[in-house]
Amino acid sequence: MSAIPRGDLGFVENDNTAEVPGQRAPLVLNMDRFGEVTHQVARVSEAARPPLAWTIAFLISLALVGFLGFCITYLFFAGVGVWNLNNPIMWAFDITNFVFWVGIGHAGTLISAILFLFRQKWRTGINRFAEAMTIFAVICAGMFPGIHVGRVWLAYWLFPIPNSMEMWPQFRSPLLWDVFAVSTYFTVSLIFWYIGLVPDLATLRDRAKGTVRQLGYGLFALGWRGSNRHWHRYEVAYLLLAALSTPLVLSVHSVVSFDFAVSQIPGWHTTIFPPYFVAGAIFSGFAMVTTLAVPARQLFGLKDLITLRHLDNMNKIILVTGCMVGYAYAMEFFIAWYSGAMYEKFAFMNRAFGQYWWAYLIMVSCNVITPQLFWFKKIRTSIPLMFMLCLVVNIGMWFERYVIIVSSLANDFLPSAWDKYAPTWVEIGTMFGSFGLFGMLFLLFCRWLPMVAIAEIKATMPQADPHWEGYHQGGTSAGPAGHGGHGGQGGHGGHASIARSAHAAPSAVDAPRSPGEPQP
Amino acid sequence: MTTLTTPPPTVPLRGTGTGTRLWGLSAEFDNPAQILQAAERVREAGYSLWDCHTPFPVHGLDAAMGIKRTILPVLVFMGGLTGATLALVLQIFTNGTSLSIWALVWVTGYPFLISGKPLWSIPAFIPVMFELTVLLSALTAAFGMFLLNGLPRHWHPLFTNRRFLRASDDRFFISIDARDPNFLRTRTEALLKSLGARTVEAIEE
Repeated sequence: MSAIPRGDLGFVENDNTAEVPGQRAPLVLNMDRFGEVTHQVARVSEAARPPLAWTIAFLISLALVGFLGFCITYLFFAGVGVWNLNNPIMWAFDITNFVFWVGIGHAGTLISAILFLFRQKWRTGINRFAEAMTIFAVICAGMFPGIHVGRVWLAYWLFPIPNSMEMWPQFRSPLLWDVFAVSTYFTVSLIFWYIGLVPDLATLRDRAKGTVRQLGYGLFALGWRGSNRHWHRYEVAYLLLAALSTPLVLSVHSVVSFDFAVSQIPGWHTTIFPPYFVAGAIFSGFAMVTTLAVPARQLFGLKDLITLRHLDNMNKIILVTGCMVGYAYAMEFFIAWYSGAMYEKFAFMNRAFGQYWWAYLIMVSCNVITPQLFWFKKIRTSIPLMFMLCLVVNIGMWFERYVIIVSSLANDFLPSAWDKYAPTWVEIGTMFGSFGLFGMLFLLFCRWLPMVAIAEIKATMPQADPHWEGYHQGGTSAGPAGHGGHGGQGGHGGHASIARSAHAAPSAVDAPRSPGEPQP
Repeated sequence: MTTLTTPPPTVPLRGTGTGTRLWGLSAEFDNPAQILQAAERVREAGYSLWDCHTPFPVHGLDAAMGIKRTILPVLVFMGGLTGATLALVLQIFTNGTSLSIWALVWVTGYPFLISGKPLWSIPAFIPVMFELTVLLSALTAAFGMFLLNGLPRHWHPLFTNRRFLRASDDRFFISIDARDPNFLRTRTEALLKSLGARTVEAIEE
């Protein structure tokens, strides 16, 4: 039996996007006790069986991962000739997928680090799985440079490892900077994610019933006991990691863009690339977060924690970054014309009207035109529409990288060197396989780890403030007095519930829960 | 409306101490306001070996407990400096010199002239320096935090207390170590009770 009651799985949305002057919008709906938050998140991994949709999605992902394994094995045995790369188009699907996946990761770090520094408390609802998304996306990204090197058994040449040939990597190359940037990014994201997880793993450990669960969660919870002396250092470490991740995330896609911008190819050799790539990365990453959040909150009954307001905020960020990307597209054209450089001018005319015009059209319509629909609040707060728009953005951003890479390489300086490119089934299979890998990791994460940061969510509730008005009205003395039985009240009414959690009177924590009360 | 459909767990305890010696007392509170007030009083009573246990960091509790600011930022800064230095030395050595040094094995640099840059082309070395600075700082922040906290420590006398399981859920605890010079079981118990603790229990190890 799934532990999630059917009532939580409906399609009714609480609209909490209204701005009430002088009042902070509540981030947690329909809950005013800390225990309820714990329960709502922990029940997902405590359910005996996952939802049917999860199982189906997992099987599909698994099949795709199997095909990915097949494609990669074939590639290793037959060589990169099984891809349709040629001279001059030496990068195509491989690096497109790499840049796409690294970009996806950026939203997670933006949410976890940059929004943290800006004290955007709504980040707590989405940061955990956005960070998980980052890690899985970087795993998918890291795979592509690894397998595209041709002689994979020499992939260790990427790293400065002492060897008998007395040979070192070339540190003045952006490709090597990329190795350092992406591996640092992965490591730091993993650390950041894990540190956030530790208190929540302790929560799962303390609720765990079987020995296996106790040992599993207990091992990774490191014996966390919520000590305030620990919390003190924990918060400092978390702040430091946020401060370190902020420049890191901006640097990673900048360095990725150096792979292109530092070369001489027309269409690549532009100074706008670093900010343009970063904006595009955040744009695509947020679209992916929304794409994942919409089904996840539905499937696991997390709508009171990942509320419509969260989705609305994310859609606003998609709109802003989409406009930045549109501006960058326009500015590239302007500079190509204004520079007077013949090859640069040609590269951009060719990009829009040359052999890859169709890809350019997909890119512009998906990335610039469609996101403009998010100006309308009705669309920003409509679950099916935002889901579709975000899928469109994902597709558009994949094509952006395809256009930049393939169209620039295909027609460079000398017409005699031009060529065309179309992917083989191996390349397409590897791409879909990487989506399968991503999906598989993400589904496993949803099932077994707390998808929402339990401790952080609790800290953003008004009841977490020791000076919350409810504690002074009701007195701070102990006792279960004055709790009207919140759990019994019905009604999913949007504004009524907001009003209740905004100035709810009952004490946050002291309601007696007789079944859970430990017997002395 | 959220309802608690599965009852909160009744869990078998993980570790069982020998249960002979008093480790200390643990007092359970209901909400952040209570523990903040109680922590101030415990501190005023002159205890030093004591702690609060909360499901999330409670604002103001550090000051109420009189916790000194951690040294962690200094360590992280040193980690960052190490990273930057390491990256610079690594790049200059491998691409800019022909020195041989012993770093576990004998390694020799290769003066590599490329793209018209000088051997010591610092600007081209900046990205890797930046990345290693961040990497070592982040590793120091993470491992430093856990080490200073004395974690991982998978067994602790407090874990033998069934009520303490809710310290990671919705309850707030104060634990006072029996080794504290001010600790006197009756007196300390009376103090904790007077602070409005829901329960005060002895923790044995």
